[in-house]
Amino acid sequence: MLTAEEKSSVTALFGKVKVDEVGGEALGRLLVVYPWTQRFFEHFGDLSTADAVMGNPQVKAHGKKVLESFSEGLKHLDDLKGAFAKLSELHCDKLHVDPENFRLLGNVLVVVLARRFGGEFTPELQASFQKVVTGVANALAHRYH
Amino acid sequence: MRNKRPRSEAAARTCFWPIRLTSKLPDTMVHFTTEEKAAIASLWAKVNVEVVGGESLARLLIVYPWTQRLFDSFGNLYSESAIMGNPKVKAHGRKVLNSFGNAIKHMDDLKGTFEDLSELHCDKLHVDPENFRLLGNMILIVLATHFSKEFTPQMQAAWQKLTNAVANALAHKYH
Repeated sequence: MLTAEEKSSVTALFGKVKVDEVGGEALGRLLVVYPWTQRFFEHFGDLSTADAVMGNPQVKAHGKKVLESFSEGLKHLDDLKGAFAKLSELHCDKLHVDPENFRLLGNVLVVVLARRFGGEFTPELQASFQKVVTGVANALAHRYH
Repeated sequence: MRNKRPRSEAAARTCFWPIRLTSKLPDTMVHFTTEEKAAIASLWAKVNVEVVGGESLARLLIVYPWTQRLFDSFGNLYSESAIMGNPKVKAHGRKVLNSFGNAIKHMDDLKGTFEDLSELHCDKLHVDPENFRLLGNMILIVLATHFSKEFTPQMQAAWQKLTNAVANALAHKYH
């Protein structure tokens, strides 16, 4: 899926990512930009305004968890389906999440990386990351039935 | 003289869309709040149309390479640097973003504003409307890289709504 150069450039950029901050920001932005996604997090408390969402400790904690699993996925770029098999079953059987939301979160993550890295987020890096987030979204949808 | 289709809503609704948009926004008039309009306008005032337009189109061609087939006449698109430096890409990107500027002046009637462009993209250019959504996402990413402070979650939400609405308006006359 990714060339050796793409893998190393993705890994290099991701190595600079503050996982606990970026995860929370990505999940928060998902909930603000696509408000229907809040239905999955009704037990998170106050999501009534953009500021409430971005400052919500449960959003930050869950965002961090999501991005940690994404980081783990980056170590298995040649077998994303295997790496995300259990999470795929969980999201289908227990959490009942429409897989379209994985694609949306992936796109929000790309926007967050663009914002944080500015010009360093070259079109080439963007192309590589887009392949990764698409691959992860597909892997998470793979076990759906 | 070109035979224009009637502009009535009833005539518009008789157009059959074989292409299903993946956007989750309903097909009704999109309403932008005062805050959303103000946020969009405030960022727009800082945008260099040539730079952002050119870069957005270039990123589309690089990140989604199949879109290059729509620009066979543009010459050298063989590498990232060729695409980024290609004068036709920059010029066309500027043209596309200028039309966004027009959208911002007519946010209460995007379908009417983009009617002619919609017909053009369907009847003459044969562009899959999915590409409008992809280009809209590229504009957001370029804005994020250029305006890290200003591109708050609220700003992102307002611009995502705008790009989705423009994509829908451009697809509206497809048949």
